[in-house]
Amino acid sequence: MAFNVTSKILEDGTAEITLVGELDGSVANDFKAAVEKVALEKPKKVVLMVKDLEYMSSAGLRVLVFTKQKMGSDVDIYVIAAQDAVRDTIEMTGFQHSVIIQDEYNAI
Amino acid sequence: MERIDAYPTHEYEGFKLRPGKPFPFGATFVPGGVNFSIYSSHASTCKLVLFDKGQPQPKVEIPFPEEFKIGDVFSMVVFGLEYENIEYGYRLDGPFDPQQGHRFDQTKILLDPYAKAISGRDIWGKPPNWDNIFAHRSLLVYDDFDWDKDRPLEIPMEDMVIYEMHVRSFTRHPSSGVKFPGTFAGIRQKIPYLKELGVNCIELMPIYEFDEFENSRTSPVTGETLMNYWGYSTVGFFAPKSGLAATGKMGMQVDEMKTLVKELHRNGIEVFLDVVFNHTAEGNENGPYISFKGIDNKTYYMLTPEGYYFNFSGTGNTLNCNNPVVRNIVLDCLRYWAAEYHIDGFRFDLASILGRDPLGYPLSNPPLLESLAFDPILAKCKLIAEAWDAGGLYQVGSFPAYGRWAEWNGKFRDGIRNFLRGEPGKVGDVAQRIQGSPDLYASRGPTASINFITCHDGFTLYDLVAYNDKHNEANGEGNQDGSNDNNSWNCGWEGPSTDPAVNALRLRQMKNAAAMLLVSQGVPMILMGDEITRTQKGNNNTYCQDNELNWLDWDLVNSQAELLRFFQNLIRFRLAHPVLRNRWHLINQDRIGSGYPDISWHGTQAWNPDWSSSSRVLAFMLDGKHARGGTLEDNSIYVGMNMHWDRLWFELPRLPEGKNWHVLANTGAPAPEDIWETGCEPRLDQQDGISLGGRSVVVLVSK
Repeated sequence: MAFNVTSKILEDGTAEITLVGELDGSVANDFKAAVEKVALEKPKKVVLMVKDLEYMSSAGLRVLVFTKQKMGSDVDIYVIAAQDAVRDTIEMTGFQHSVIIQDEYNAI
Repeated sequence: MERIDAYPTHEYEGFKLRPGKPFPFGATFVPGGVNFSIYSSHASTCKLVLFDKGQPQPKVEIPFPEEFKIGDVFSMVVFGLEYENIEYGYRLDGPFDPQQGHRFDQTKILLDPYAKAISGRDIWGKPPNWDNIFAHRSLLVYDDFDWDKDRPLEIPMEDMVIYEMHVRSFTRHPSSGVKFPGTFAGIRQKIPYLKELGVNCIELMPIYEFDEFENSRTSPVTGETLMNYWGYSTVGFFAPKSGLAATGKMGMQVDEMKTLVKELHRNGIEVFLDVVFNHTAEGNENGPYISFKGIDNKTYYMLTPEGYYFNFSGTGNTLNCNNPVVRNIVLDCLRYWAAEYHIDGFRFDLASILGRDPLGYPLSNPPLLESLAFDPILAKCKLIAEAWDAGGLYQVGSFPAYGRWAEWNGKFRDGIRNFLRGEPGKVGDVAQRIQGSPDLYASRGPTASINFITCHDGFTLYDLVAYNDKHNEANGEGNQDGSNDNNSWNCGWEGPSTDPAVNALRLRQMKNAAAMLLVSQGVPMILMGDEITRTQKGNNNTYCQDNELNWLDWDLVNSQAELLRFFQNLIRFRLAHPVLRNRWHLINQDRIGSGYPDISWHGTQAWNPDWSSSSRVLAFMLDGKHARGGTLEDNSIYVGMNMHWDRLWFELPRLPEGKNWHVLANTGAPAPEDIWETGCEPRLDQQDGISLGGRSVVVLVSK
């Protein structure tokens, strides 16, 4: 599936970014651009909807870390409904400490 | 600020280029592109060969322009590459004149010696395409790992308790229950086990890229494939092995391994790497071209005057470590692991080779070993030598140390094993080993001595007490491989036994071994699984066995809880008592006027050890006031070792007024009274002596 990223700001100020398809080095910049765009709104939380994200490469993982660094340590980053492959990748490479992984979004 | 060297100046077949920087070697990200740098003393031309990942044929071969070369270094920047989709290599041209040492071959594509990750064996054991024109391919890796606050732990050497581990063996067995068996990620799930055990260092057997299919063949016994399982054969010095990573198939092994180191450090556990600089996987003139052979054969390998390969490693070739160029790559490699992976120490396989000159003669002042000892990046790394090689250069006690190197003390192993199995007259030797071998390391202190009774070479601890002879038939070499000097004793039966007396004796002997190892001055090293009776069924050289002979069976954690508890409590005891962990050798005298020498020797009679040639009995007492040269006060400790088969009465040295002997451990007592928790040791009823059963050890502490 081709990669696609969309974003919106919810009523309570939470930023929601939806990722679809395969996230690799050739499209990582699109994800990064979306993060920079929502950062301008200074959200309290960032929620990544990844139900239809099939693959995340090293470049994609790095955008997760970039997101955490860009938003600041007070802003929680959620990864929602990750497919097994994506969830495993995040865990195996140790990037799970940058994000909160959940099956359904539940603000902490 | 925009860099003024960020734009291309040349073009080749649609690829934009620019003169590169020779430094650093290998492939490095620069703005907009990748800087490639490779050197060769004797090549005339070089081409960069680029592949789209997984493709059989290259997509382009870009010659390094003449005008880009500086000295012997070919470097260039290539712009616009898709980093995650590229594999690269080199073709070098030069003379083919084996007698002069040159084996340049334009038809071969070569791996970058500085490759930070390598594809071709992405998944362990998956048969590769044997027709691949370029089997081990260099990859580009992100070197931007977020270490957060991590740095090497710098635990003092005298406080280390080392656990030697094979990455795949540790969690590959189905009983491990980990999500990613046999991998770096798998180890992370078992960190709680390592913490419970109490070790503060894991020494990983080779984790850099090696070819598990090297020399693979079929087992004559089981029909399965025998592999290069241990990995003592380097393909890539700078790359973690993809097949040992759960994310290897996605090329993320670098992040996965760094995460493992970060997690271990967070839990107070150091990481040592077993490094193999004595030979490579290219073999001799009949072996494959992977890298060095085609890049600069004459420089990298020790060659005979006729151009054949010297074989001090026993494996086909020998790396020319004291050639200045090769010295630099060894130094670069270790600096890379120390700086980029936060590695705490290195154990050098067949380290005596590192002290030989290009013609193989042992050097008294080997430049490589000196460089390593004084390098600023490696300054806090522990350096450990396996101080022998396969060419007869045995240097235990004489390895060129520069005050920094420690050694695997083979004499400790042999001395304790012989005492353990009841050989008479070994007590003098044992006394030296227990003190951290001052006969070998007088000028350096006990921390030069890595004490071990077992390691990957040879029997496991269980097999040491269950087999008199090796049984390596499964290796397919007619049981000719592996050491014959095992100094083992099977306790009355060869192999598995249902006799309760035999099994009870074996358990007691394993506890005796653990006790002697953990109360000795020096640095103890435990073999993975010895704490739960891992067995290789008498095979003392399982280098090729990718199966249960090597894989740790986690069900043993429950069935062998008694021995595990013994190890855990002993390790905790060692780490709680600095008198067991001195940095300087004991002098056998009362240097501070406490009334007791720092160490004193006893036998069945206090103050009167039996050093005779028929003796099988020894005891010693460490005076607590002499801990750390008298700078700390600790409890005094007494250890009595009865390796005779009969029960014997040991008279105990008298303690000062107000102090009493308490029992930490008595291997002759049934569990749970075989060992007590540190700090909870019960007082001995009778203070003037203790009865030790045949073949047992007591550890007493004065309180």
